[in-house]
Amino acid sequence: MKLIFEKSVPGRRMTVLPVCDVPPAELPRELVRDTAPALPEISETDLSRHYTALCRHVHGVNCGFYPLGSCTMKYNPRIDEEMASLPGFTNIHPLAPAHTVSGCREVLDTAAQYLCRIAGMDGMTFQPAAGAHGEFTGVLLIKQYHDARGDSKRTKIIVPDSAHGTNPATAAMCGYQVVNIPSAPNGCVDLEALRAVLGEDTAGLMLTNPNTVGIFDENILEITRLVHEAGGLCYYDGANLNAVMGVVRPGDMGFDCIHMNLHKTFATPHGGGGPGAGAVGCKEFLMPYLPQSSLMTGSECLQVRSFAGNFLVVVKALTYIMTLGREGIPEAAQNAVLNANYLMHRIKGTFTPAFDRLCMHEFVLDLSEFKKETGVSALDVAKSLIDYGMHPPTMYFPLIVHEALMLEPTETESRETLDWAAEVFGKLYELGHTDPEWMHHAPHNAQIGRPDEVQAARRPVVRWQKA
Amino acid sequence: MGSYIPSTPQEREEMLRALGLQDFRDLYRDVPQEMYLDGGPDIPAGMSECEVNRAVSAMAAKNRVFSTVLRGAGAYDHYIPSIVKFIPNKEEFLTAYTPYQAEMSQGVLQSIFEYQTMICELTGMDVSNASVYDGATAAAEAAAMCRDRKRRVTLVSAAAHPDTINTIRTYCYGTGDEMRIVPMKDGRTDPDALREMLGDDVASFYVQQPNFYGQFEAAETLGEIVHDHGAMYIMGCHPISLAIVKTPRDCGADVAVGEGQPLGMPLSFGGPYLGYMATTAKHMRKLPGRIVGETTDSKGERAYVLSLQAREQHIRREKAGSNICSNQALCALTASVYMAAMGPDGMAEAARQSMAKAHYLAEGLTAIEGVTLRYTGPFFHEFVTDMPRADEVLDALEKADILGGLPVENGGILWCATEKADRAALDRAIAICREVLEK
Amino acid sequence: MNYPTNLQYSKSHEWVMTDGDVAVVGISDFAQDALGDVVFVNLPQEGDTVTAGEPFGDVESVKAVSDLISPLSGTVCAVNEELLDAPEMLNSDPYGAWIIKVENVSGSEELLSASDYETFCENGEV
Repeated sequence: MKLIFEKSVPGRRMTVLPVCDVPPAELPRELVRDTAPALPEISETDLSRHYTALCRHVHGVNCGFYPLGSCTMKYNPRIDEEMASLPGFTNIHPLAPAHTVSGCREVLDTAAQYLCRIAGMDGMTFQPAAGAHGEFTGVLLIKQYHDARGDSKRTKIIVPDSAHGTNPATAAMCGYQVVNIPSAPNGCVDLEALRAVLGEDTAGLMLTNPNTVGIFDENILEITRLVHEAGGLCYYDGANLNAVMGVVRPGDMGFDCIHMNLHKTFATPHGGGGPGAGAVGCKEFLMPYLPQSSLMTGSECLQVRSFAGNFLVVVKALTYIMTLGREGIPEAAQNAVLNANYLMHRIKGTFTPAFDRLCMHEFVLDLSEFKKETGVSALDVAKSLIDYGMHPPTMYFPLIVHEALMLEPTETESRETLDWAAEVFGKLYELGHTDPEWMHHAPHNAQIGRPDEVQAARRPVVRWQKA
Repeated sequence: MGSYIPSTPQEREEMLRALGLQDFRDLYRDVPQEMYLDGGPDIPAGMSECEVNRAVSAMAAKNRVFSTVLRGAGAYDHYIPSIVKFIPNKEEFLTAYTPYQAEMSQGVLQSIFEYQTMICELTGMDVSNASVYDGATAAAEAAAMCRDRKRRVTLVSAAAHPDTINTIRTYCYGTGDEMRIVPMKDGRTDPDALREMLGDDVASFYVQQPNFYGQFEAAETLGEIVHDHGAMYIMGCHPISLAIVKTPRDCGADVAVGEGQPLGMPLSFGGPYLGYMATTAKHMRKLPGRIVGETTDSKGERAYVLSLQAREQHIRREKAGSNICSNQALCALTASVYMAAMGPDGMAEAARQSMAKAHYLAEGLTAIEGVTLRYTGPFFHEFVTDMPRADEVLDALEKADILGGLPVENGGILWCATEKADRAALDRAIAICREVLEK
Repeated sequence: MNYPTNLQYSKSHEWVMTDGDVAVVGISDFAQDALGDVVFVNLPQEGDTVTAGEPFGDVESVKAVSDLISPLSGTVCAVNEELLDAPEMLNSDPYGAWIIKVENVSGSEELLSASDYETFCENGEV
């Protein structure tokens, strides 16, 4: 498809602004830009059609099944969008006088209160703009806590080897040395391995529960107790909260701080990669360190971005929480778990689950045997799913399972969709044995064939340039 | 009460039975029983869509929407063309995940590639990433990107946005590095102080253009001083001003960042906004965040992918330069549609009119007895006044449905005008100010 | 797999060729095959010191990054900057595409002969 620049015609334009009704102001000559930026010159018709054409080459969760493990691609309700587009929210300046923004404050306070009760926490900030940003904030709270006590020997953060790559990257951004510990064969924390690394230099532990293979760690109370005994704090990565929201609270598991992905668990849209919101909650003793805007509050405490955060995303999440309420929140979690187990059960006759037992909201398939038999890889299966109109699951994650495909159907899929998905997996299992070549070259009916990623990385072309 | 679960109670029963389970509780047998919440979380009961609409709309109604906004300070009330609001609301764009699966995501990938190109055009830089969280984090990420083993200190102009300064400070606190503030002189960064503060340990210097007080910095001179001392130069620029103002590239910047909110994003009480971030070809591999690259597919056709991923956390883990694993894709899309809708002429017109309106407002205000400009250098669309009874003036404006400038230290007011304010509104604001002060 | 006999090898799959006072370092055919298509190399700078057993740079493929481990200690006296524009040379000609040259060599990892290295690659031990 043509780029918008290739549709540009000099002189084409929209008429957006009126004629200036005040005298011009002169920009000092030394500040004047010499050539105008080569932005597109395009009519409104062409502009509208360009993006309408582009959106046909995008698959969103509101378009079809999207079982992307660890990403919680649940349906994004339209009412949430409508509420977030109210002029009473969109037209509010972040630095407007306090008495004119009580509605915004009410949104933030109410959302904080509900999320604290769901998480079992005492205080919350909405500054972080994403999950990774929330992790950064959470680990900074841990750092401030130790620093405030003058406890400078705590230099290490413990992270299981099954963790998402952001965990170790976050710990490093907070100046900590990362101690990776191996997982037990069931993907849970190996208590012996944990005991072996705990000590006076332990600043904290970063953990998600259910873990990255979709299993609830039954030793969780023992794990957090051990870390606390060593003087460290426990950080809960809320990536997998959808399995347990309203059913069990991370605060009761012994965690001291937590981030929640409002864009996963609380149904706000991912927008093709953002904006999200990584609300960070903590127990009371960490509340003094919660980040704030220095301009809004006049304080010099921690601050991880400007102003109060991705406010409109909080409006969407609050709308969602208010809709589901006390009964609906756990009901969503329970059905997410039910759907995952049901789908795993239906697929089990063909592809092999990495852990053949009850799962939480997601499960991992281990295709290493299948690959040995057929030569067809997890990547080939993923790409073949595209030809069936299904977004592929998460591939090659977690790293502790080889040829992994991780599926998370979420609660917003019907039984027919799950049955259909299981049938598609069944078909691909057969095709792997009968026509592996077809799968090696999939997708066949997508907008493009497999892209050459080596060429893209070796000879980077990262912007359009006039021929 | 509200629910987005399609399956009926009977279907749920059947699915549970297919798994050999009695009830939902059986699904949670790994959860220690003492922590199982029987009655759900302690929040109110759910609501129908109709009720929730009423409740949330009531919150929005408690906020005051002003017909004229003369306040900026990092969030700018520029006019947003209608089409800019509609396109990002298409459900395909809205509800997609990060475009990992290129074969199913060409629309998002191409839109980001176009965004990167537009940011390069605007800044004069060679490479843009797919965006980061906001302008403050873009500056903090840029400072992190400039540090190496030997040079660790970050210098920041005192005339930068306070939130940006404090965000950079927080990121530096994380890695245990030092941030030092270069003082101002007459509302602009003091070049002599900068020269003195640059040493072998300084990695970079960050300046905002125009700065927090609206003043244009001597950006080229500052860049030369920074480079003379072997440090990297980071500029944070208002994106609309760049349609007419010298680019960061022309001023010698190594990294160009900024708050992208003026590019079609509403004020929204502070977010979501957009951090843009671009650099020179030389530093491309150090740039954090997502980057979309062009390549060819198996049929030899042009295609787009997330590229240069070996820089990122999912591959480098603790050795990654940043933990960022997303962008503000929908905001980047919004910015692209805005820039295309405005075109080079429209962007330049928005910049010129904003500047003209701010100067008109400044002249009108300073014609009043007792009102003076705090800084006298050239400015873009913000300026600081000193006047007696600033609070009373702002109150009077508020009563007239005008959000006046932001109170700043020592009784000053930081004003902002954009192309959106018409002359009548500006005249009204000036008249109210005169009325209060000549009372 | 190719194991030239005029070179010595480390267990982290770098090769070393001694040329008078200077040691030339690259990665082995086995290493490039395991890495897959190399897309970028992060190189040290001339004058940097390298330490035996410590990383001196890394090699990126599309979905992985691997540290380059220095087989010896010394000072980097030359860097093959051609690799920045043509990283694929590490795949097509691993023994021609040297990465760094080291002088003032003061120590080294245990280095293997070509035949021992071949055994090591095949069996995981010498």
